[in-house]
Amino acid sequence: MKTNETPNSVSRILPFASSHKRITLVLGHYGSGKTNISVNLALSLAKSGEKTAIADLDIVNPYFRTKDSLTVLREAGIRLISSEYANTNLDIPALPQDMYAVTDDRSLSCVLDIGGDDRGALVLGRLRPGIVAENDYEMLLVLNQYRPLTADAGSAIEVMREIEAAANMRFTGIVNNSNLGAETTAKIVLDSLSFAEEVSKKTSLPIRMTTVREDLMQELEGKVGSLFPLCLQKNFIESKI
Amino acid sequence: MADKVLMKGNEAIAEAAIRAGCRHYFGYPITPQTEVAAYMAKRMPKIGGTFLQAESEIAAINMVYGVASAGLRAMTSSSSPGISLKGEGISYLAGADLPALVVNVQRGGPGLGGIQPSQSDYFQATRGGGHGDYHMIVLAPSSVQEMAELTVKGFELADQYRMTAMILADGTMGQMMEPVDLNFDVKPAPEKPWATTGTKMQRKHNIVNSLSLVPEELEKLNIARFERYDLVKQNETMYEEFMMDDAEIAIAAFGIAARVSKNAVKEARKRGIKAGLIRPITLWPFPDAPFKKAATHVKEIISVELSMGQMIEDVRLASECKVKVSLCNRVGGMIPSPEQVLDAIVKASNNGGRE
Repeated sequence: MKTNETPNSVSRILPFASSHKRITLVLGHYGSGKTNISVNLALSLAKSGEKTAIADLDIVNPYFRTKDSLTVLREAGIRLISSEYANTNLDIPALPQDMYAVTDDRSLSCVLDIGGDDRGALVLGRLRPGIVAENDYEMLLVLNQYRPLTADAGSAIEVMREIEAAANMRFTGIVNNSNLGAETTAKIVLDSLSFAEEVSKKTSLPIRMTTVREDLMQELEGKVGSLFPLCLQKNFIESKI
Repeated sequence: MADKVLMKGNEAIAEAAIRAGCRHYFGYPITPQTEVAAYMAKRMPKIGGTFLQAESEIAAINMVYGVASAGLRAMTSSSSPGISLKGEGISYLAGADLPALVVNVQRGGPGLGGIQPSQSDYFQATRGGGHGDYHMIVLAPSSVQEMAELTVKGFELADQYRMTAMILADGTMGQMMEPVDLNFDVKPAPEKPWATTGTKMQRKHNIVNSLSLVPEELEKLNIARFERYDLVKQNETMYEEFMMDDAEIAIAAFGIAARVSKNAVKEARKRGIKAGLIRPITLWPFPDAPFKKAATHVKEIISVELSMGQMIEDVRLASECKVKVSLCNRVGGMIPSPEQVLDAIVKASNNGGRE
């Protein structure tokens, strides 16, 4: 890997864009960073010239939705499949009416942002038959070791199994998104590697990528495999308050 | 593993309650506090505790009454409309002098309102909310760390004074994620000789009740209760002062409004305006002293609130109407921006001097 690239360089984003399946499902523990990662994955697909869609299938949390990034997604030419009620004050767990575009339109590269925990994964019941029949997907487990209920490999795997049971699908890879919000440093990321590796070993799932805030990329280059830079979406930046 | 964990404010409340020895949580889901219940549902069964999703808010608060009567640390949580439903039970807790923790992660109202943050339950929290002469100890966190620490403090104060303590947060505090250090000290719960723990044929029955039909007796109970409230006022008032020493403009703000205001104060200082912030941490008892002191050297106090102006009445009382008190607010789920607060500071600064 070259070391003189800027954090935004396309070549660094390509490892995902060049090796992805048609459908990428993003699931994980509540508050593990799924929405933010989904938006960034979709942006990297769009940047590499793919016809991209992102589906917000979160029925758990009425806040921090994919729709928060509507402007960015629109500018990148990404189709947003989202409930009409997302980001309205109507607090109901509604699914988007055009959600079947994910399985019906095979010209699309899709990123599916699924709600947290096993409760969130239930929505896959309706899409699963089409996704499995086509068999061109990967299902990613987002992990953050610094979240309270997934602090060790055992509890992370417990959450993982609950999600798999609810989704009736098996994960294919791990996204290590271990971070402490604004207090994340390179050391915080490095300290989480053994945790991610332990989960990987015990589940036989590969670590698909380690996601880090863009400004930490340079420091971590060469120390962590499959780094993927995250540009934090507006609603995830709290420093202004 | 780092010393800190990344938590939502609601999760921090739940985890802190468990660390404070609470093993009985009774709730009913409502946005934006549902994570408290969800967290308890996951954790309580693993540590031998009780998580119970009640059939209603009214049922939940009365279950708290039951566990508190037995001398154990119990809590419930809800958001604004749900707290109104709990009002009767909270009054009963006060009437029976029971310690308990009630969490209100406020949303915009009145009525069902919306699901975005608000501070418009200030009157309800500090003036009672239920019927009768009583108070709750009302704690207002302004960070996820404080959501955790004040939860522990709430249990401790509730036990010490046999009162209900309320965490008065808002949707932003409940939903925002910040790193939290959970390695704080927890005082063990005190002995509760009044609790209904069974006589074992060794003592007289303890009776926990809020019914008192003899007016002379009920009057005595009320007076004794207010003597205890006086002790709380003397000993437990908490607030933070920020750049108040030489301030000419003071901001009064709690919770999320205080975070916004602190940024505005820093910006005002950069522009040469001597602004400062008084942040009440206990809303009841209200910190009168820093406002009384401020009234001797500031020319205006601006109350920054996510309501149509509720705390402003306490600010006026505390500053004894010696100085102009104005309101800077947003409502309905909106949050004042640092720029809006800064504008209010600049405007106040340009308004003549002290009379």
